[in-house]
Parts: sequence; C-alpha cells; structure tokens
Amino acid sequence: MNIDLTVAILMTVAGAATPLLIAALGELVVEKAGVLNLGVEGMMLIGAVTGFAVAYSTGVPTLGAIAALFAGALVSLVFAVLTLSLMANQVATGLALTIFGTGVSALIGAPFVGITTSTLGPLVAFDNPILRLIFGHSPLVYFAIALTVVVWWFLKHSRGGLILRAVGESDDAAHAIGYPVLKIRYLAVLFGGAMAGLAGCYYSLVLTPMWAERLTAGRGWIAIALVVFASWKPGRVLIGAYLFGLVITMELQAKAAGFNMFAPEFLAALPYIATIAVLAVISFARKGGANAPACLGKPFRATA
Amino acid sequence: MFSITKRRLLAAATFTAASLAVPATFAQDSGDGEKTKVGFVYVGPVGDFGWTYAHDQGRKCMAENLGDKVETTFVENVAEGPDAERVIRQLAQDGADIVFTTSFGFGNPTLKVAKQFPDVKFEHATGFQAGPDNMALYNSKFYQGRAVLGTIAGEMSESGTAGYIASFPIPEVVMGINAFQLAAQKVNPDFKTQVVWVNSWYDPAKEADAANALLSQGADVITQHTDSPAPLQAAEKAGAIAFGQASDMESFAPNAHMTAIIDEWCPYYTKRVQAVIDGTWEPHNVWLGMEEGEVVMAPFNDKMPQEVKDAAQKVYDETKAGNYEIFTGPIKDQSGEVRVPEGETMTEEELLKMDWYVEGVQS
Repeated sequence: MNIDLTVAILMTVAGAATPLLIAALGELVVEKAGVLNLGVEGMMLIGAVTGFAVAYSTGVPTLGAIAALFAGALVSLVFAVLTLSLMANQVATGLALTIFGTGVSALIGAPFVGITTSTLGPLVAFDNPILRLIFGHSPLVYFAIALTVVVWWFLKHSRGGLILRAVGESDDAAHAIGYPVLKIRYLAVLFGGAMAGLAGCYYSLVLTPMWAERLTAGRGWIAIALVVFASWKPGRVLIGAYLFGLVITMELQAKAAGFNMFAPEFLAALPYIATIAVLAVISFARKGGANAPACLGKPFRATA
Repeated sequence: MFSITKRRLLAAATFTAASLAVPATFAQDSGDGEKTKVGFVYVGPVGDFGWTYAHDQGRKCMAENLGDKVETTFVENVAEGPDAERVIRQLAQDGADIVFTTSFGFGNPTLKVAKQFPDVKFEHATGFQAGPDNMALYNSKFYQGRAVLGTIAGEMSESGTAGYIASFPIPEVVMGINAFQLAAQKVNPDFKTQVVWVNSWYDPAKEADAANALLSQGADVITQHTDSPAPLQAAEKAGAIAFGQASDMESFAPNAHMTAIIDEWCPYYTKRVQAVIDGTWEPHNVWLGMEEGEVVMAPFNDKMPQEVKDAAQKVYDETKAGNYEIFTGPIKDQSGEVRVPEGETMTEEELLKMDWYVEGVQS
C-alpha cells in the first residue's frame, strides 16, 4: 500500500472519529454527574447550523466554532431547567430535545441551504505525507485528543472531578455533606451541551462545509452508545471513536478497491459490530465492566 | 398552505426508530370547502438540496400554478417501511384527495393504504407494483441524464475510472450505474465505474468519506446516487470532476461541478392535480424523461472543453428528440455475456427489473 493512500485513510479516520469523540466526552461528563441527556443529536444539529451561520456571516470559521459551543450550551440549559429544576423525566426530555433541535436547526438553517463557507481546516498545509498526517488536521482533531486527557485527569485526579462523581454515584450523600448537587449537575449538562454543539459544527465547518437539514445523520446516537460501551471511561471513548472511524473508513476503502466478498449490508454494519465487540471485550477483560453511575437518570430532590 | 414553521418543529426528527413522524393535518375548510387537498410524503428533509428538495420545488410550483383551487401539505423525513404506512393513512384520513409518495420504499405502504381508501387517489414515484385503480405510478428517466454524465466522464477522465456513490441496489440505481458506464464506454472502451454502496439516501459525512475513498483509489470522476452535495465538495478539494444530483449543486463545487441532472416535477404534479380537480384522473404507469421536459440538465461548466460540451449536448438533444437510447445492444454484462443483442433495445419493463451490471462496472 503506498504512503499517500495510507495517509489519506488515516486522515479520514481522524475526521470520522473527532466529532464522535467530542460529543461522547461531553455526554460522559454529564452522565458521570448522574444525568442522562439523550438530546445529543439535537444539540449537535443546533451547533452545526449555528456554527455554519456565524462562520458564513462573519467569514471567520473560528467564531463559528465558538458560537456553536455557546449554542449547544444554551439548548442544554433548556434541558437542565426542565429535568433538574422542574424534575421532568430525563429520557423523555432528552428525546424531545433531539426532536426540538432537529426542527429548530432546519428553521434557522433554511436561508443557508445551498451555500458553502470557508472551513476550519488545517492551519498549515504540508506536501510531505508524514508531516500532513501529524500536523495537517483541523485544530478540532487535536482539541478532541487533548480533551480526552483533560476529562480523564479531571474525573480521576481532581477534587472537582471527585465531587462530580460523588454527585453521580450518590446524590443524597453528596447533598448531606454539603455539595450543591443541582449546581454541579447544571454545570455538567452545560459542558455536555457545549461539547455537542462543537461536535456538530465539525460537520458543517470541517467535514462537509455546508448546511443541510439533518446534517449529522444520527451521529449523536452513536456518541451516546459509545459512552455506554466505553463503560464511562474517557480513554475507552477515544479507542471506541477511532475504532469506529477506522472500520467505517476501511469499509468504504474496501468497497472502493472492488473488494466484494461480503454483502454491502454486512460491511455497513461492521463498524457498529466491531465497536461494540471490542469495547465489550475490554469491559469484560478488565475490572469495572458495568460502571454506570448509580444515580444515572434519577431526579434529585433535596431532602433537608 | 399553512405554517411550515410549526409543522417543522413538530414533525422533524423522524429518522430514528424511537421518533414518530407527525403528519400535518389539513386546515379546516374555510367557507368554500371546495379546495382539492394534496398530500406529499417525502423520504428526506425538504432542505436536502437533492431528491426531496426537487419534489418540494415541484409541489410549490404546482400550488402556485393552481392557486386557490388546491391546498397542499407534506410530511418529510418519513422512514421507508411501516412508519410510512401510518403517515400515508393519516393523510388519507385527514381528507386528502390525492397523495404523492415519493420514494421507492413507499411502494408497499402506498398499496396497502390505497386499498383501504378507494376514494382517495394515490401516486407512487419510482415504483413498479401495480395497485388498485385508485393508484398510479410515475417515474422519471433519470438514466437519460446519466448517459449525458457518462459521456462527459468518458471524455474528461484521465485515469479512466469513475467513482460512483450509490445508495441501495434497486433497479432505479442499477440502471443509472449502467447508463453512466455504457455512455462512458462509448467514448473510452476501457472505462471503469467503481461503485461504493453507502446504504443510505442521505448521510453527508458518509457520502464524503466514500468520495474520498474512491478518489484516493484513483478515480478522477465522482458521481452519485445519493442526495447530499458532500461528494461534490470532496471532488472539489481533490481537483476531480463531479456532477450534481437532482438539483443544480454548482455553488458547492464551482470547479468540480460539470453539470447536474435536474428533476423537474412541476409539470407532472400540475397536470395530475388538475385532473383530480376536473374529475378526469385515471390511474396509469408513466415514465417520462427528457422528451417531456421532466429530466433536464444544469448549464455546463465553463471549464469543460468545447468538444466535450458538444458531445454532451448531442446526447441531450438526441435523447430529447427521441433518437438516442442508451440501452441499445450490444450490451454485455460483467461476465462478458451478451445480454442485449445488437440492434435490440431493452423494454421499459426490463429496465425496471434490471438487476445486473454492464461490463466495466465494479461493484
């Protein structure tokens, strides 16, 4: 296999993995705090359309990404108010958020259908394939990897992370020792929303610089599934996202190379099967397979 | 017509199994009560800028042509399968006079509902199943446009390989691939078409990845039977050429976009709804193409050499005049066996059941 092709494949893998990774890390923090937000897809779409609209209007893609971040957080605030303050059912509210986000993004995006914008591409272009592989990605690709480390460190080694996990594992106990359970959950949900928004704008500003309705085509659900199969561990989310990206790319490369031993339907299912299988094996092989936060999805009502 | 805003908020997000398409109900008749109600069922979002977008443009144009006499509504993002049946039935129950279902996979659901509502007229696009006498079938000969694209690809490709991003292996898609390859082969006998199936009508990220995979494997022409402009953007970035799908996608790839096959549904919808109003509607199974103005081509890109433009224009003009049929023998299949002998032309029926690939297609 020649080097240009290999590099092209690996670049595509990073492209497919990055938005999943960012959205899944956001959702992981939310779930670690004991909140289940199924509205990732909706928040991603809002982020995608806002990012595109701002990048197109200002001509500065970075501003688009920042706007996407805030837009995602803003929508997640609606979710937070409904589920945390008003104690609505989290599953139902999350699903509603996805439906809401899909509709609102279509509405906001209507004037932007059929145009393209400058992208949030690599900062420097390289001709050398190796340099391109290392330095030639969109800044968001590096951000996603750095985010994995930061989230891992925060949850595992910082005091804030310990409190967040305490809130997710036993909200009553955390409340009893005086931690502001709702405030921490609000912050976690906002972070998750911001990350989902950013992940969404990866589609509209990097991968396919355009806006079209339902642009993310269900990737938000894959991000949620990744969190579960990665048993709530940031490192495994990274492995899962890149594995999913790798298999999806190899599947298309195999088809493009005329490899037709298997039915196309089987190849299309392969990324899902492979990701689930590998993460399930990791979970069984190591300790801590079923690692769900104990208070996941439960509303919190202060007792005293 | 009524508020699109509200309906979109309610009815969007129907692509997951968990969510439900909420059919819009027709507004209550205000006084005159004689408006003909027309429902449309779409497989994708109206903002896809491709297949569904083209149907919706046809709907709007029809509503404009017929003015006060009609009231239209549509349900977008309807999954092919059982969900579609529910949506179609809902439209019929809400008093639609005629319902257009605009995707291949809506065939069975349309048939079922048509039997239950003999007074409502149904029209199913791109299908082949005959129904009761309140159900009509209509289709466009898009493959005629693909022959134009194939001609351009054959003329312009240096590697002699085109990448074809395809959705599902149904006759509609298969005949498009074959028409493209046959036309390219006429120009370059060694031409090859490499097909990648993405198992979706609409998934921009995956369509872009598929285009990149094909480009990295040596294709320098990208064409697609999926609905988003993403493959065009990939081709633009790689300096390859590509073609728009269902509508003019030039704005996405000003250098790569050579032309596009444009679906022009407006004349047909206007004619059929007018027939309902007049009470002259009859079921039929029509297949209209360039001759009737249902399939048109977007303006050729200025970057195209003049002789290529001329060759492409010639195919278009001759097809429009009824003198050019791409599926004329001799046609060999992938194994080299002659499937259509010299001088014979495939019948419409044969085309609509096409399940084999011509020589040079790699899938």
